[in-house]
Amino acid sequence: MYADDVCVIVPVYNEEPAVGGTLAGLLDTFAHVVCVDDGSGDGSGEIARAAGATVLRHAVNLGQGAALQTGFDYALRRTRADHVVTFDADGQHDVEDAVRMLEVARETGVDVVLASRFTGQTEAMPFSRRMVLQAGVRFTRATAHLEITDTHNGLRVLSRRALTRIRLDLPRMAYASELLESIVPNGLTYTEVPTTVSYTDYSRAKGQRNSNAFNILFDLALRRLRSAR
Amino acid sequence: MIIKILLITGALGFGVLVLRDRGAGHHLLLRRLAGLTVVVLGIIAVLWPLLTTRVANAIGVGRGTDLVLYVLVMVFIYSAVATSQRIHRLERTVTMLVRELALRDTAGPVRDDSADVRPNGEERAS
Repeated sequence: MYADDVCVIVPVYNEEPAVGGTLAGLLDTFAHVVCVDDGSGDGSGEIARAAGATVLRHAVNLGQGAALQTGFDYALRRTRADHVVTFDADGQHDVEDAVRMLEVARETGVDVVLASRFTGQTEAMPFSRRMVLQAGVRFTRATAHLEITDTHNGLRVLSRRALTRIRLDLPRMAYASELLESIVPNGLTYTEVPTTVSYTDYSRAKGQRNSNAFNILFDLALRRLRSAR
Repeated sequence: MIIKILLITGALGFGVLVLRDRGAGHHLLLRRLAGLTVVVLGIIAVLWPLLTTRVANAIGVGRGTDLVLYVLVMVFIYSAVATSQRIHRLERTVTMLVRELALRDTAGPVRDDSADVRPNGEERAS
């Protein structure tokens, strides 16, 4: 059982059917689970509180990146956690994987531990999704200068040092690339751990459309142009 | 020919404007001066309509109406870009506000088994 020194951050937006189970699974292992309710219109927030999580509520929907950043700010300001785990609410991650990643972070002292569904086992991933994600990996390797095999995986372990250096600002889903791109310039160390992602009917229905990859590219390109002053 | 240079320069200017989003209040003097110039030119164009044609011919545009249209397009693009940048800044402000509110009204777990909660009013929300 992990106590105060680890804070699990679960961004939630209208995940009523899944959030209870996901949080219950996490709370068996982690004492401190923070659920960021990103303006859900259903009962996700109440379910999360009932399950035993600390709930931060966005009054309006701001997107997953903003929800994670709120969780990071909470961890920095209100807790003494030396590591945070980011974990998707839809139940696609395995708590055991999070534990293994934490152990890697503790043993090696790296700032960012990323999960890879391509070196690990992935259950029932659609072919088209594989293609889009692989293209994303090639793009990220080129732009973020990271030797990784997966991007946009919701399971991550970040050290407190990493939290102080990473600031997520981009809208929609581009924050995941933004996070990766802030690793090397900020002098953070990273490693990748093979994990399992379960593509259930629920997570498929809730998840991203493949075409959203273009929106992510657009948001990233805009940021790059704007920051090149 | 001159109009082509003017229009292309204008279009490139908007491109720079889109990419280099400066804070609010930047170029305020410039914007005000440009606004006043448009007012004065508008009055002149109404009083002496043929003047627009003469100016148009001087910079290589056939009719005064066309020149007015070109100016309108440029002003419209500028206004659209400025508005979208303003909305973007507002969104950032909203994000910061919502985040502060969320961090202020933290709802602790219902069954209280978390050891982290400090006594300084964290569980204010119901």
